[in-house]
Amino acid sequence: MIGVTHYVIVGTILFVLGVLGIFLNRKNVIVILMAIELILLAVNINLVAFSAFLNDLTGQIFAMFVLTVAAGEAAIGLAILVIYFRGRGTIAVDDVNRMKG
Amino acid sequence: MIQVFSFYLFAALTILSAVFVIMSRNPVHSVLWLIMAFFNAAGLMVLVGAEFIAMLLVIVYVGAVAVLFLFVVMMLDIDFAELRAGFVKNFPLGLAIALVLLAELVFGIGAYSAGALEMGHAAAAASPQIDGASNIESIGAVLYGKYLFLFESAGIILLVAMVGAIVLTHRERKDTRGQNIGRQIRRRPQDATVNVRPEVGKGVQL
Repeated sequence: MIGVTHYVIVGTILFVLGVLGIFLNRKNVIVILMAIELILLAVNINLVAFSAFLNDLTGQIFAMFVLTVAAGEAAIGLAILVIYFRGRGTIAVDDVNRMKG
Repeated sequence: MIQVFSFYLFAALTILSAVFVIMSRNPVHSVLWLIMAFFNAAGLMVLVGAEFIAMLLVIVYVGAVAVLFLFVVMMLDIDFAELRAGFVKNFPLGLAIALVLLAELVFGIGAYSAGALEMGHAAAAASPQIDGASNIESIGAVLYGKYLFLFESAGIILLVAMVGAIVLTHRERKDTRGQNIGRQIRRRPQDATVNVRPEVGKGVQL
C-alpha cells in the first residue's frame, strides 16, 4: 500500500539530486537554476503528500505559493544571466568577481 | 493495484528524469528532461487527489518556466564543453555532500516510521476538503477566504518579478527609430495640412 512515506522518499531523492546537481555543475548557472527548480519540486511533492495525508488543503495552498516564488525566481535569475552574458560574454560562475567580494 | 503501479511508474520516471537533468552534457537536453520530471511529478500529485496543483504544475512549469529556460539556453551562445570542465573534479565533493544529506534524510524518515514524536494532535484539520466538492472547489473556498491576503501578496510578488525582469533586460537601441510620443501628440491638424486653391493648368508648389 502506498503511504505518505513513499511520497516523502520520492521527495527526498529529488531533493538530494537537486543538491548534487548544484555541486556537479558548479560552472553552469543554467543547470544550477534547474537544480534549484528540482529542489522546489521536491518541496511541493512533500507539501501535497502531507496535505492529502492530513486531509488539510493548507498544504496545497502553500505548494501554490512555492510555485509562485519559483516562477519569479526563475524569471529574475534568467534576466540577471542575460545581462551578465551581455556584459561579459560568458556565464562561468567561477569568474564572477566584479564586486570584488 | 493500479494506483500502486502508477505510483512506482511516476516516481521512477521522475527520479530518472531528475538524474538526467543534472547529468546530461547539453543544457537543452537538461531542460527537456526537466519538463519530463515535472510531468511525472504532476502525475504523482494527481494520484493523491490534488488535481489543481498538478495542472498548475504542468501549466506553469511546462508552459512558462521550461520555455523560458529553453529560450535563454538557445539565445546565449556559450561553449558548453568548457563549462563542464570541472565536472570530474567536483564529483567527489558533491557526492559526499549528497550522501551526507541523504543519510540525514533517511534517518529522519526512519525515525518517523518507527513512531512519531508525541507532539499532541490537532482536533481537526484546519481547512479540510469539503465533502462532495471537487478539489478545485475546495481550494477556491480556502484560497479566496482564509488565505485571501496571501493570495494577493503572491500576485504582488509576480508583478515585482515581471517588472524586475523587464527593467533588467531592457536596453535602448541606437540604430532603431522609435516612436516619439511627445512630437506625435503635439502635432495638430492645422499644422499638418493646408488648403490651397491652385489655378487651372498651372500646377502646384509643394
